[in-house]
Amino acid sequence: MIATTGPGLMGLITVFVLAAFVGYEVISKVPSVLHTPLMSGTNAIHGIIIVGAMIVLGEAHGTAQVTLGFFAVILATLNVVGGFVVTDRMLEMFKAKPAARKAEEPATAQATSTATAGGDEGASS
Amino acid sequence: MSRATATDLVYLVAIVGFILALKGLSSPKRARLGNLAGATGMIIAVAWTFSLPSVHSNHRNLLLIIVGMVVGTAIAVPAARFVKMTAMPQMVAIFNGVGGGAAALVSITEFIALGSSKTIAIYKIVEILLGVLIGAVSFSGSGIAFAKLQELMTGRPITYPGQQAINAVVGLTILALVIATIVTASTALLVLVLILSLVLGVIFVLPIGGADVPVLISLLNAFTGLAVAASGFTLNSTLLIVAGTLVGASGTLLTRMMSHAMGRSLPNILFSAFGAVVTATGGEAGDASRAVRSGTSEDIAVLLAYARKVAIVPGYGLAVAQAQHTARELADALMERGVEVYYAIHPVAGRMPGHMNVLLAEANVPYDELKEMDEANPEMATTDVALVVGANDTVNPAAKNTPGSPIYGMPIINVDQAANIVFMKRSMRPGFAGIDNELLYDPKTTMLFGDAKDSLTKLVAAVKAA
Repeated sequence: MIATTGPGLMGLITVFVLAAFVGYEVISKVPSVLHTPLMSGTNAIHGIIIVGAMIVLGEAHGTAQVTLGFFAVILATLNVVGGFVVTDRMLEMFKAKPAARKAEEPATAQATSTATAGGDEGASS
Repeated sequence: MSRATATDLVYLVAIVGFILALKGLSSPKRARLGNLAGATGMIIAVAWTFSLPSVHSNHRNLLLIIVGMVVGTAIAVPAARFVKMTAMPQMVAIFNGVGGGAAALVSITEFIALGSSKTIAIYKIVEILLGVLIGAVSFSGSGIAFAKLQELMTGRPITYPGQQAINAVVGLTILALVIATIVTASTALLVLVLILSLVLGVIFVLPIGGADVPVLISLLNAFTGLAVAASGFTLNSTLLIVAGTLVGASGTLLTRMMSHAMGRSLPNILFSAFGAVVTATGGEAGDASRAVRSGTSEDIAVLLAYARKVAIVPGYGLAVAQAQHTARELADALMERGVEVYYAIHPVAGRMPGHMNVLLAEANVPYDELKEMDEANPEMATTDVALVVGANDTVNPAAKNTPGSPIYGMPIINVDQAANIVFMKRSMRPGFAGIDNELLYDPKTTMLFGDAKDSLTKLVAAVKAA
């Protein structure tokens, strides 16, 4: 189906098992501060389904396949684009800014964020 | 070099990008670089895929691919750019759900394509069924998680009579349909599996309490990764298998780390609403009549201004009121007077682990003033005032003292050890987990009712005047 050389089912299973170990090992020491960005970052990575969506839509015949493939492309694009943009926005906050604090103006200047008066209290637990 | 080999090589580069992304995201310094590596890998993979003859030979389909991408980007970019930082968890849920949906659609489309050409091998049908089932559960489950976080529906665990029976019926029906689909290779049965999997996603998430939803999103994220890997098997694509499995494995580990940070086991989070634990919520009777001490902002400003050491304990209430900047102003005003100020951050303060750190970093609070729970708790005994801003469950001593409580066993910030406690809350309403907090009635507690931002602004003015 795909234009790559097929490694065969056993080869694919080998790849699957090895990838599982890599995925597990590579994030084994992540500080809790980064849990949210990491979740968001991995969320963007499974957006790779967009490649699968492109392939099935590219090869699609008939209304059913074309329609399903088209929606698959839209959903996958949402996943990949939204995922990376959200992650980048989160990580923007972690930029090192050692001297920035004294130099900048009092926080009132930057409190331009929409002050939503609403909101309930209570942290999550 | 043949085109197929070139494709494999390019996809390998993309895979390396994804692994570097995970690696980078594990450290604060290289996180942004890591994310960039992942995005680069993605762009390379997508760009090369356009060059495949099977993708671009049919011009109508190629046009549809491009239109679909433009539509998706046009929706995703504004949504991701302009959403408030407080609403980030919901956005992650949505973007995760659509990924699961895409994986399910890819698997179904491939099933129809295979079915029209030749008889399908059994292992192919199994792969497709896995992609559809896991993808659909992730899709509808993420949708409900979104609704819970966005407060379109109650954050409380939803239970109803016969819940377990209904779950069992749905589960068994899916199992039967899966077997029937394998035997008959019928498209109609596959569609039934899809529909029931969507139902399964909903009933799986409904009984999970709002406070636990972030852990659930992490789990569903891992599910989507596995659904993508299943689609990869169907399409014989190493790229999809590796990327999906990386997410599946790291997502599973991350889910475990998150539930560990909450002091809960994963089965406890997922299934506790079915057990007897749920009855513990109603706890203390006659709360309304119990005495609570509330103070004015002037009282509290004096308490703070003449303290030696103050801990600010932020929670979701601070986040929704967008009060992180004002909280920093208050800290600055106090530090100018020589008061030692630090922020005590619970690992799951906000609505996701690390969420509060992101919000405070946005307000330019320096890292060295942020103390993680393990670092902050030993300081509590020598702290004069613990100022709890819009947090509740993360400081609730019930987690230590009340074995029946749903949050029992969760590590908390020990504000009860501080000499004075000030709670800034909008009302006496319990927190997100729906559990009453004994500490609100403690003699050393003072309540300051009102919106976190308004109250903090008044406090800043009052501290400057004190």
